[in-house]
Amino acid sequence: MYVIRREWLVKRVLLVTAMVVVLGLALVVYFMVKESIPAFKQAGPANLFSSEWAPGEGRYGMLIFLVGTLATTAGGLILGTPLALGLALFLTQVAPRRSRALFSRGVETLAGIPSIVLGWLGFTILVPWIRELSGSSGSGILAASIVLAVMVIPTITAISRDALEAVPSTYAQASLAMGATRWQTIRRVQLPAAKHGILAAIILGMGRAIGETMAVAMVIGPASVFPTSLTSPTHTLTTKILMEMGESTGVQRSSLFAMGLVLLMLAMALIALMRRVSGGRSATPEVVE
Amino acid sequence: MARIFAVLGSLRGDRLLVEAPEKGITRHRFPARRDERFDAPGEGIKFHIRDLSLFYGKRKVLENITIDIPERRITAVIGPSGCGKSSFLRCLNRMNDLVEGCRVEGEVLLDGEEIYGRDGDVTSLRRRVGMVFQKPNPFPKTVYENVAFGPRVLGIKDRGVLDGIVENSLRRAALWEEVKDKLREPALALSGGQQQRLCIARVLAVEPEVILLDEPCSALDPVATQRIEDLLAELKEKYTIVIVTHNMQQAARVSDYTAFFLIEKQGDPGRLVEFGETGALFTAPADERTERYITGRFG
Ligand SMILES: Nc1ncnc2c1ncn2[C@@H]1O[C@H](COP(=O)(O)OP(=O)(O)O)[C@@H](O)[C@H]1O
Ligand SMILES: [Mg+2]
Repeated sequence: MYVIRREWLVKRVLLVTAMVVVLGLALVVYFMVKESIPAFKQAGPANLFSSEWAPGEGRYGMLIFLVGTLATTAGGLILGTPLALGLALFLTQVAPRRSRALFSRGVETLAGIPSIVLGWLGFTILVPWIRELSGSSGSGILAASIVLAVMVIPTITAISRDALEAVPSTYAQASLAMGATRWQTIRRVQLPAAKHGILAAIILGMGRAIGETMAVAMVIGPASVFPTSLTSPTHTLTTKILMEMGESTGVQRSSLFAMGLVLLMLAMALIALMRRVSGGRSATPEVVE
Repeated sequence: MARIFAVLGSLRGDRLLVEAPEKGITRHRFPARRDERFDAPGEGIKFHIRDLSLFYGKRKVLENITIDIPERRITAVIGPSGCGKSSFLRCLNRMNDLVEGCRVEGEVLLDGEEIYGRDGDVTSLRRRVGMVFQKPNPFPKTVYENVAFGPRVLGIKDRGVLDGIVENSLRRAALWEEVKDKLREPALALSGGQQQRLCIARVLAVEPEVILLDEPCSALDPVATQRIEDLLAELKEKYTIVIVTHNMQQAARVSDYTAFFLIEKQGDPGRLVEFGETGALFTAPADERTERYITGRFG
């Protein structure tokens, strides 16, 4: 009797928990949509997605910031992915077995560095350095991309490492036994077999880069203009919201919600993409007997 | 069965080699001085193996294996589980190099050349000595890409050449008729027996001289097993074949020569008890331990 009761209770508690989570998500979306409506109604979509941000003149365009978000994210991934993949390959193929755990722990520690610390290092070291080298202000998409790269590397490394480790060793054995070299085996067998996991890792890294605010805000400029180069100040969706949130009212405030909504949709699209990618063929298909 | 015994009977007699390891032969990893007797390999001997010992770390798992593997014949390696059959096979294409802490002593000559020599090129050795594993392990690629893998690694890019190699290899592995309409389908969708023949085709595609098979039928049903055995009989016209099997009937059915390995007591390394022509070994074993094993009173 008692056991059955408890079982029932546990089920109920889990159900309620799940519902709270779903409800929470629904509330977030509902709230974002509701608060964005004034901007869409009074300014209109054409205005909101234009490239001019001048609230004093009734211009609430977010294109500059959207481009900033996409550019810094892409930059972070372009710089970070090759390094992360190289690191994952090093951890799974090259590092002596005994030191692998140590290196892995190192990567996980890197993932735990607060973004404000990275932003601060970017602001105090990276930006002045770029300024000196390029003769520009130093802050901008390049600096933001580098900071984001450092942030996504641990994520992409850890998940790619797991995907590579999940590739059955029998594949590598077959390849090596045919006289393929270590590198040919990695390139032609192990990377293709792990590609779904690696793609998922990149998408997860992308999610992290898109949403990052503090670290980017410290090195991006800021300025509400299209960047003229990789080293000229600009803004991203997140940094723009951060800068404006305290002192905006009315339509301007609502337009910030619209930016948040766009960001939310980008993130959801990424999650859907990841589902499709990693939900496809798994990295370790069973041998069909 | 009747046929097999007829064949076995007719083959009785000439024992090939049962050589006790001689005392006083110096063993070293890279032979600085090679015993004269082995300088000129005998007619039709593919592998000359002298005093081969194998260690995993401190543990010795093979001791003083001396054996000649005849060319273009099927040599079966039998023995109870754990006696080092797989380890022995992996010595012949240096797959043991991949095991951390593994060490090999003695000589392994392929066509008279030391494969563990200082300038031994492992990749070209493995191209000459292909390997088929216990569990079919095709790559998670298409049927075509599995067979084309080896040639591609060798740098062959020409589509026509690849097509030819793929078809040829699949034909030789007796798989072409079954998969010629499925070349673009995933290899993992084939049956277990087809997958194993695909693995053989994949090895054939790089034109090896020797094929090592480690219990290739242990995951297969009797029909699929039969097909592999038939295939081996065809392949021995061109290739030297060494097959590990725990199935004595299979050894008797398919092989020309049989080597019997044994661990005598717990903790001992595996040793070669008897090596000879298969018919003789199964009908009139020279060693009492062999007899006990093949009559099933052992291991
Ligand atoms: N990679 C390895 N590392 C350490 N010991 C091993 C390894 N492979 C096999 N062994 C040991 O070597 C012995 C012989 O194994 P194996 O060659 O697989 O025998 P068999 O194929 O005859 O069953 C066994 O005791 C096994 O535990
Ligand atoms: Mg074995």
